[in-house]
Amino acid sequence: MDSLQYLLLLFISTVLINNFVLIQFLGICPFLGVSRYVETAFSMGLAATFVMTMTAFATYFINTFILEALNLEFLRYMSFIIVIASLVQFVEMFIKKVSPVLYKALGIYLPLITTNCAIMGMALLIPMNDYNFIESIIFGFGAGVGFTLAIVLIAGLREEAQYGDVPRDLKGMPITLILAGLMALAFMGFAGLAVV
Amino acid sequence: MDSIFLYAFLSMGVLAAFLAAGLGFASRTFYVEKDPRVEEANEILPGANCGACGYAGCENFAEAVVRGETPVTSCPVGGDEVAEKLAELLGAEAETAEKEIARLLCKGGRQETAKNASYQGIESCVAASAIGLAEKKCSYSCLGFGDYEEVCPFDAITMNDNGLPVVHDDKCTACNKCVEKCPHDLFVLGPASGQNHIRCSSHDPGKVVRKICEVGCIACTQCVRVCPVDAIEMQDNLAVLDYDKCINCGLCAEKCPVNTIDFYGEKITEIEITEDCIGCTKCAQECPVDAITGEAKERHEIDREKCIKCGICYNVCPVDAVDKDTSRD
Repeated sequence: MDSLQYLLLLFISTVLINNFVLIQFLGICPFLGVSRYVETAFSMGLAATFVMTMTAFATYFINTFILEALNLEFLRYMSFIIVIASLVQFVEMFIKKVSPVLYKALGIYLPLITTNCAIMGMALLIPMNDYNFIESIIFGFGAGVGFTLAIVLIAGLREEAQYGDVPRDLKGMPITLILAGLMALAFMGFAGLAVV
Repeated sequence: MDSIFLYAFLSMGVLAAFLAAGLGFASRTFYVEKDPRVEEANEILPGANCGACGYAGCENFAEAVVRGETPVTSCPVGGDEVAEKLAELLGAEAETAEKEIARLLCKGGRQETAKNASYQGIESCVAASAIGLAEKKCSYSCLGFGDYEEVCPFDAITMNDNGLPVVHDDKCTACNKCVEKCPHDLFVLGPASGQNHIRCSSHDPGKVVRKICEVGCIACTQCVRVCPVDAIEMQDNLAVLDYDKCINCGLCAEKCPVNTIDFYGEKITEIEITEDCIGCTKCAQECPVDAITGEAKERHEIDREKCIKCGICYNVCPVDAVDKDTSRD
């Protein structure tokens, strides 16, 4: 039971306390770029979550059975990048086939997941924290959920701000950056939750 | 050391080959049929992905253009060349829109319009109009600080010596920026073929206009009466031209007693019906002053006393039996 509780804590800590976007400031590009509407933001979050979980899965194996087994840790960046790029390509093809509407809604940001530093950061944090297989998957999934949470929340706020009485000079990106800053401050409050 | 080199080489090679095979397989499994024209259109485009057309990139624009959502002319970077190629690719679907050009509807420069104050603030129309002060007595007039020179992304507007902006037709792309910027709303977009312009925006009564501006519309309504196609309408002491209706005959410019109306086209000096006339009566029906007479199926005649030389008969004749001489003013 201890381990189950630990995994749950790890999940909560990745989603809230160490939120990738708002606490670690990774993946800011899609966070600001695709957060205009809740719907597309949610789709982006789903795509990122899927890619993150798969990346955690793939990179764990590559790291443990190839890189560490052969003393090739210096190849981490390179191998992770090609794995992430391939996965994104795969997801892109899949979405294009299954849902052209979603494909269009994600637009240029889908290929941009490739260079989303949140995913690369997550892949690199796994070996740094010495997570085992289950932990890696939970960590990757949690990172994706945290990303989705952050991007959907700010998309909701931006939809409101669009109709709000925003001073003219703050309209658009400035008010979004202020909102993002306030959200990051709010998320710092979660730091008191747990000690993982 | 050798083994690390070898392992690195091998492991990365195997990994890349594995992923490549997986992607190759997936690209076949998830292949989506696409309109081949999209790819061809994409190749025609500049490929800069600048987003000036309003789409995220050249590929999105190519898709939109093939679907007919946007005209072939809407790539500002590619210009005429790209538009032509796209039109060729899309065949009959492509239709070149009538080119529009920004027109300044004010003629009152420093010489023509009286002044009642001296403005010494920020040299900007927007700033001057924000404090509600105009140097010129006409509160509708061009402020003449030339904000548009900066606003125009194509350098199509320059200020002349008289303190009025001049639009250079060949450079103007009808981007609407000057129309939005002008605090007195003096710019309008009109078709490039338009030769008649009523260059005044003052809604002051004619008496007032007369005193403060040499070239302002005094609302005498002569142009309204002379216009053979009812393209001019009086709106609050101002003659307003409907570019869609205007046939560029230049009669209004000729009549205008204060020279508010500019006419750049060719004025008809002589017009007559030739022997080719088949007597279809079309010209007689269209003539606004009933100057054309003649029996059906016989050659028609133009009554020179009545004729106002508007050129409508020339335009409507199905067999080109109307001859006209023109002169440029």
